[in-house]
Amino acid sequence: MGTTELIWNGVAAFLVLSIYSFLYKDNPFYKFAEHLVVGVSAGYFAMILYYNAFLPKLIHPLSSGQYWYVIPGILGLLMWARFSRKWQWLSRPTLGFVIGSGAGVAIPLYLQNYVLRQLSASMLPVGFSSWPQITNILIIIMVFCALAYFYFSKEHTGVFGGAAKFGIWTLMVGFGAGFGMTVMGRVALLAERVVFLRDYFHQLWNAVF
Amino acid sequence: MESRSARHRLTLRAILRSLALGSAILLASPVWSLAQDDLSSSWFNPHRVNMLVFLVVFFGFIIYFIQRAKKGKSLFIRRIAGLDAIEEAVGRATEMGRPVLYISGIEDVDNIQTVASMIILGNVAKMVAQYDTPLFVPICRPFVVPVAEERVKEGYAAAGRPDAYNRDNVRYISDEQFAYAAGVNGIMLRDVPAANLMFGSFFAESLMLAETGFLTGAIQVAGTANIHQLPFFIVACDYTIIGEELFATSAYLSREPKLLGSLKGSDLAKAIIMGLLALGAILETAGVTSFTKWFFIE
Repeated sequence: MGTTELIWNGVAAFLVLSIYSFLYKDNPFYKFAEHLVVGVSAGYFAMILYYNAFLPKLIHPLSSGQYWYVIPGILGLLMWARFSRKWQWLSRPTLGFVIGSGAGVAIPLYLQNYVLRQLSASMLPVGFSSWPQITNILIIIMVFCALAYFYFSKEHTGVFGGAAKFGIWTLMVGFGAGFGMTVMGRVALLAERVVFLRDYFHQLWNAVF
Repeated sequence: MESRSARHRLTLRAILRSLALGSAILLASPVWSLAQDDLSSSWFNPHRVNMLVFLVVFFGFIIYFIQRAKKGKSLFIRRIAGLDAIEEAVGRATEMGRPVLYISGIEDVDNIQTVASMIILGNVAKMVAQYDTPLFVPICRPFVVPVAEERVKEGYAAAGRPDAYNRDNVRYISDEQFAYAAGVNGIMLRDVPAANLMFGSFFAESLMLAETGFLTGAIQVAGTANIHQLPFFIVACDYTIIGEELFATSAYLSREPKLLGSLKGSDLAKAIIMGLLALGAILETAGVTSFTKWFFIE
């Protein structure tokens, strides 16, 4: 590892430790790292948007004669009206456009992934002749009960209430499994940082002594 | 003079609407060329008939119930337990003389969860305005800032306290997920809000936020439809609004006919889905697989 790399890795190690110091309590090192990451990300995203959106999606098309791109350009400019109390309402069509187009794209996608595919995957053969068939009965009952929990047009009382309660227990079982899986992922991230710190200090030791 | 100004404003609005429509057409132009390239001769994709049927039926239900709600017909929705938790959290912050922190997730304003969160924010703003409690709203996406500002302002106005609205309390932090989380954690530690309300779309930052809020001793109410993040809110928050309850909460609070109608329509759709599921399972058991296959989209 060269001197330059050692210095930059030293900066990275310092920032990692500054962020981890939050585990003890709020302190100047954490504050420094926090302000640095917020500031750097603001500048970074401004540049990302400039090079990945503003130039290729507005300036380049306009300079190649595709003048209709001026329409989204004007909509973008209208967002600046937010700074004026008198004219801030001018930004609403832009917001309406963003929300409307977002919903238009999302609705079929959600219907496909979260309704039709799930429904198709839950239509399983049931019976008592084999374990998979018995498990399928359990899956279907759980899906029914979970749907009952999210049924808002009826109070959760009586048999329906019991089904909804079983539904929430079903969800909790799923959440528990999800929690365990994600925590394992986070532990893997921690392990990666610990390995980075270990390697850095090892190389620093070798470089100094 | 005033009518002339109003006329000018209407003309300007019409121009702006045309601009928005023009942009929509522009946005659709790549889809047009794609359709011409890929399907060459057909505008209708027969593999997606199931999607069309579902969209027509579901939207039919929703439009029907919206019309009913608009006519003033009573549409029953059970009370969501999380609503009491929101009121309790705001009440506690008022008693302690400390602010309320409202986090609207990290997705942009085109995400339906962010939209639902904004509706809840309006009601929270109304509540805090009545109690004269400060409200901080740190935002992750620039486009969400104006919407949040409008909602908070409307909330304060609805409570009869427009003068108490402080625009600086709705703050943009950062687009970057973990920078945002670090910034919000800083607010939690330094301003020590007594209540943290987290509604919207959250990802890996959910546990960082909820855990920090837990350490500061704040009462926390969270809600998201991101299934993978719900476990973290459940373990670290005092009350969690799960999945679709988030949308139901926004409908319940606003009593807006469109939201109520959507919720009732989706309830009816759920009942139909249950029926289809039962029918599908029976047919699968009988060896008929074509019914199940009809729902599958490649």
